[in-house]
Amino acid sequence: MALTPRIGVYTCHCGINIAATVDVKAVAAYAATLPGVVVSREYTYMCSDPGQGLIQKDIREQNLNRVVVASCSPRMHEPTFRAAVSEVGLNPYCFEMANIREQCSWVHPAGDLTTHKAMQLVASAVAKAALLQPLEQRSASVTPGALIIGGGIAGVQAALDIAEAGFEVTLVERSPALGGHVAQLHRTFPTLEPTTDFLQPLIDRATQHPRIRILTGSEVVGLGGFVGNFKVSVRQGEDTSEIAVGTIIVATGFDAFDASRKPELGYGQYPQVITTADFERLAARGEIQVNGKKPQRVVFIHCVGSRDQAIGNAYCSRVCCMVSAKQARLVRDYLPEAEVNVFYMDVRAFGKGFEESYDDVRKSGVIYRRGNPSEILRRGERVVVRAEDTLLGQPIEVEADLVVLAVGMTPSRGTDVVAGLFKLARSSDGFFMEAHPKLRPVETSMAGIFLAGACQGPKDIPEAVAQARAAAAAAMIPLMRGTVPVEAAISSVDEELCAGCGQCASLCTFGALSLHPTRGVMTVNGVLCQGCGACATACPSGAINLKHFTFDEVMAQLEVVTGWAAPVTALQPREEQAVEA
Amino acid sequence: MTATDVRKPAALIIGGGIAGIQSALDIADAGFKVYLVERSPSIGGRMSQLDKTFPTLDCSACILTPKMVDAGRHPNIELLTYSEVTEVTGQPGAFHAQIKKKPRYVDVDKCSGCGLCAAACRLTGKVSSDFNAGMGKRAAVYVPFPQAVPLKYTVDPNECIFLTRGVCGKTFKCKDACTAGAINFDQKEEFVEVEVATVINATGFDVFDATRRPELGYGGYPQVITTLEFERLASASGPTAGRISLNGNLPRRVVFIQCVGSRDVGLGAPWCSRVCCMAVAKQAHLAHERLPGAEITVFYIDIRAFGKGFEEFYDRVRHEGVLYRKGMPSEVLRRGDHLVVRAEDMLLGEMVDVEADLVVLAVGIAPRKDATQVAEMLHLRQDESGFFAEDHPKVRTVESSQPGIFLAGCCQGPKDIPDTVAHAKAAASAAMILLAQTEKAMVTSYAAN
Amino acid sequence: MLQIESRAFARDHDLFACVQCGKCTGGCPMTLKTKLNPRSLILRLLTAGNGFDLEPFPELWDCTTCSTCAKRCPKQVSPMEMIIGLRSAIVEKGAVHPNVKAALESTFRHGNPLSLPREQRGAWATDLGVKHYTAGMEYLYYVGCTPSYDPRGQKVARALVALFSKAGVDFGILGNDENCCGSEVRRLGEAGLFEMMVEDNTGAYKELGVTKMFTTSPHCYNVYRNDYPKDGMQVQHYTQILAGLVADKKITFSGSLDKTVTYHDPCYLGKHNGIFDEPRAVLKAIPGLKLVEMDRSREKSLCCEGGGGRMWLEGTNPATRLAMMRVQEAVETGAQVLATACPFCVLMLDEAVKTLNLEEKIQVLDVAEMAAQAL
Repeated sequence: MALTPRIGVYTCHCGINIAATVDVKAVAAYAATLPGVVVSREYTYMCSDPGQGLIQKDIREQNLNRVVVASCSPRMHEPTFRAAVSEVGLNPYCFEMANIREQCSWVHPAGDLTTHKAMQLVASAVAKAALLQPLEQRSASVTPGALIIGGGIAGVQAALDIAEAGFEVTLVERSPALGGHVAQLHRTFPTLEPTTDFLQPLIDRATQHPRIRILTGSEVVGLGGFVGNFKVSVRQGEDTSEIAVGTIIVATGFDAFDASRKPELGYGQYPQVITTADFERLAARGEIQVNGKKPQRVVFIHCVGSRDQAIGNAYCSRVCCMVSAKQARLVRDYLPEAEVNVFYMDVRAFGKGFEESYDDVRKSGVIYRRGNPSEILRRGERVVVRAEDTLLGQPIEVEADLVVLAVGMTPSRGTDVVAGLFKLARSSDGFFMEAHPKLRPVETSMAGIFLAGACQGPKDIPEAVAQARAAAAAAMIPLMRGTVPVEAAISSVDEELCAGCGQCASLCTFGALSLHPTRGVMTVNGVLCQGCGACATACPSGAINLKHFTFDEVMAQLEVVTGWAAPVTALQPREEQAVEA
Repeated sequence: MTATDVRKPAALIIGGGIAGIQSALDIADAGFKVYLVERSPSIGGRMSQLDKTFPTLDCSACILTPKMVDAGRHPNIELLTYSEVTEVTGQPGAFHAQIKKKPRYVDVDKCSGCGLCAAACRLTGKVSSDFNAGMGKRAAVYVPFPQAVPLKYTVDPNECIFLTRGVCGKTFKCKDACTAGAINFDQKEEFVEVEVATVINATGFDVFDATRRPELGYGGYPQVITTLEFERLASASGPTAGRISLNGNLPRRVVFIQCVGSRDVGLGAPWCSRVCCMAVAKQAHLAHERLPGAEITVFYIDIRAFGKGFEEFYDRVRHEGVLYRKGMPSEVLRRGDHLVVRAEDMLLGEMVDVEADLVVLAVGIAPRKDATQVAEMLHLRQDESGFFAEDHPKVRTVESSQPGIFLAGCCQGPKDIPDTVAHAKAAASAAMILLAQTEKAMVTSYAAN
Repeated sequence: MLQIESRAFARDHDLFACVQCGKCTGGCPMTLKTKLNPRSLILRLLTAGNGFDLEPFPELWDCTTCSTCAKRCPKQVSPMEMIIGLRSAIVEKGAVHPNVKAALESTFRHGNPLSLPREQRGAWATDLGVKHYTAGMEYLYYVGCTPSYDPRGQKVARALVALFSKAGVDFGILGNDENCCGSEVRRLGEAGLFEMMVEDNTGAYKELGVTKMFTTSPHCYNVYRNDYPKDGMQVQHYTQILAGLVADKKITFSGSLDKTVTYHDPCYLGKHNGIFDEPRAVLKAIPGLKLVEMDRSREKSLCCEGGGGRMWLEGTNPATRLAMMRVQEAVETGAQVLATACPFCVLMLDEAVKTLNLEEKIQVLDVAEMAAQAL
């Protein structure tokens, strides 16, 4: 549609995030001079109500048909602004963003060069905006069921919520039983109640629920489809079946850190050195013993495999301070004669009731010593822990009959497999990465796939349960709505140019391209296509264009950027910014 | 998805902070109607008072305002700001609530948020701003912050000269300035009644009153402030536009003190407030960034950097040169024109006097002063610390002691933003289950009739 | 008064990263006998404002640079490098222990810290027919100062030559042209002299066309591998090559050594560079040899107190010697031989055996010596 572009450009200050390094007023003034631009404004927070209001007012009053916002990353606010322009009748794909924050103000020092870069980015966005075409937004129906991978407490809780809301749930668990790591706990902090008291009722409700189908001894081996219409292959023994669901929750849990990776602590060498996981089993049997004898001195050591850059795990495993406190208390309860020491760097008793529990543990006679032990040696039938008591300011040697290492959480073995199958990103600590660390703790970058529990990061039971319910809420929404929006910026094939060679299809990871049975050209499945653009770059005939990122649009942007010259205007005279080689 | 389907059950959410907003968005996205009630003139809550958030250093307004706007615009969410819930009766699936809409003395249909009234007000620049934690001033007619949702002005009935004394000079300056004729002193409070299937309580928290530790000098020395006040100083929308200055001067020596009003049995606040270790690390980072060359010290008992990315952020802040010293300062004293913080550095094993131009107290998260009133209204049990009691500390942290009434966010206990969002979504899940079950029952009974 | 600018120093050595956990002090071997407390030193530097007096810290010269602290620190701070840095500051002010001064001057003048003439450096090899290194030879055998000059150390060098010649390894030595590698110079804080030595040695090896090198001492191995610029020269410790030769059967043992042997991991081979298995592999291949492990093995090995300049420094507590503790630990395993793979360890442990009058009970031998015996 050849029309005269009437473009509105809105440059955001983002408080001082952009304004401190980019001369926003100059950018807005420059934008007003660009071809097609009929109005150019700047404002402190474009994403706020008044900011969006400015855009909407101009669309109505100035008959804008294209809008450019120069602000943060589209990953932040593209949906926000698209919604804002659609509300007043402008097709959301007639909107373009210039990222002058993450790609400009946040990575360069204040000065003319930075402002000029912002101007280039805006000019490039305007050039593209002039060529944008409206795109049709469609939706697809949603299979009214959910799949949950992992039958630990997070998976079980999520299953219960979704089933209670009225939907069918399939719960896949690789081991023979539900309950995961929590089932191996004897007692839980801070209340010291028996784990089965609250865990068993959850498992019972799940196994008896008419809408929950539980597949133990099963694994997910394949994934196809997209949000609302996933097809998941599940293998149980020799059989593989395909399950159709609308949304998926990944709840694959964690593994405990392998303490033998810290050889100086003697795990695996000395029978007197065990982990907190080992201790839990001893406590459950009611026998806290070493070599058949009751220990007279028990030493706990925090942070084994956590907060340790030497081993490559810089992160904190969150629960171990409280696990040690709980177990130390249990030792005092079962063996009142035993002396219990806990070696720590910090005591992270942060949750509800934790600090109070820590107070109680100390009152029960557990001695907390600040120092991270360096090594454990043998001394006759006992071992000796070498550390510095940093509050006494002295190196010490503490003989012990039993040493318990508070091992951290690591991503589970299954994480790699699932990440590959589902194309899920990982954070630097190796756990699954959520879509946004503050505001989207259960979403992933794949629409319709959510995270619950320790697979996303170390957490305790209340947090795992809350997050599982949060994931359930997120997974329920498409099921309750019955439809999901489908990506509009997809590939399209120019049939005149297409030779049907199929190179595009071989590259497509979503299986969205196929050869038409009679016309001899490639066709795009609009529902499967995610708009990644790989096919468009590969096509030797140039027959594929990605909507909203057409060759013409991208070339227009490149021409602007490569041919750009700084405006000769009344910019405030400033010192020349030094160019760093 | 229509907002006018009378048969569809609705939810009531009390509190428009990030918890209330998140629960509201989830329930509304699922197709149910939500009444989101907020007692202050705008939604946003505590998160809108923050500058940057740990550990990502996202600007709080940047990540919050889109959610606020979504909540304000969602066809299924009815926003009742500057309103309070006064009564709730009934049972799960069939609650009846009464909501008092306080008079703004501004006609919201006419107000465009232009701000001319505030500029003209006789008290402009004279009224202490709550939003700015008392660090800044506003007029008697105000919006709490520029990105308020809804962006409508409100007249403060406790400050407005006309409302407190009956007359404001010869003429109403605000009325004269308003070109839309939106100021209306004849407004009265209104009551509305709503029928809902479920209630979520998301009433948030207050901070510890630091004057209760007088030896730290808060309230006595102007150079002693709280972390909340620091946040306003650091904020671009704050009284100093992000310049961390006191009386026009940039501090050269900043000392942070953790655990003020937390982990303190004697003061009746034995709990850990969970967020302050990271909040201080973030503020120390901001101080390092905005006050080049400043010496920054943090006095602590333990550093609770437990969450995703927290330890790595703590590592980063130390790499930047922030000095962490273990020891809880016992007092802050004056020395000339600056202050001295006295503490034992437990790792040196020595008493130290650290000079400071600015001392920031990490005040704890506490139950709101009106929590007991809310508890009585909703018949909710409070736990020993005064936060609302959950039904089970491990597996039912969103269920309150009243079936059908759920808890979201800090009203149940201190939380940071990701914990709050997850908790709010969990509460939404519980609410959605009840809503779906109620809807099914309604459909069944409708069909049966 | 020995003042330093503590603020700048703390920043340069990334001391702010420290969380004061005490793991360094807890594992430091010198805390067993001296006041050395790395954690406390770090905090003192951090809190000193600007201007820290080093004079009250004679224990700075006790450090053996074993690297236990640096390897175990969870925040990747190196208290060891901090101590070397503090020594640098002291050296710059000229306040150095007289023994150290002599060793440093000798290194500068004579290319070795032992105040012995250059012309005698290659004397140990004259009757062995060892080739002088020329370009094109596969390996340069870098002998080192102690194995060149010290009679006890020379035995190790001779054993090595016998082994590698038998295996047909193509190598040469520099003889009198060999210059000290500078490892201890750097550890003693003489940064300026070290820089000069690096330049001279690197230039010499380049001119000679050296591409591969092996050393007797783990100290020389470590400094060439990790502190010298990466010039494409491949550096190995002899045990790495020897283990390979044994595995490939290029060396076979026709004799046997019917002894119980325990192996002491030298800090610069084990803790610093993670080489634990190769020396053990060689020992295990010797027929008749029974290898037993001390409790303090591998990463927990007890430092012999030879490194970090301690060959010339008695330290603040000369009465207690860790080497004596180590020999006792070896005796307790029932071993007849205490094997090791470092000339400093050999000298320190040997002396300890003599001091304890345990010559009848246990013998200290280098792995090379044992392998050569079993040839």
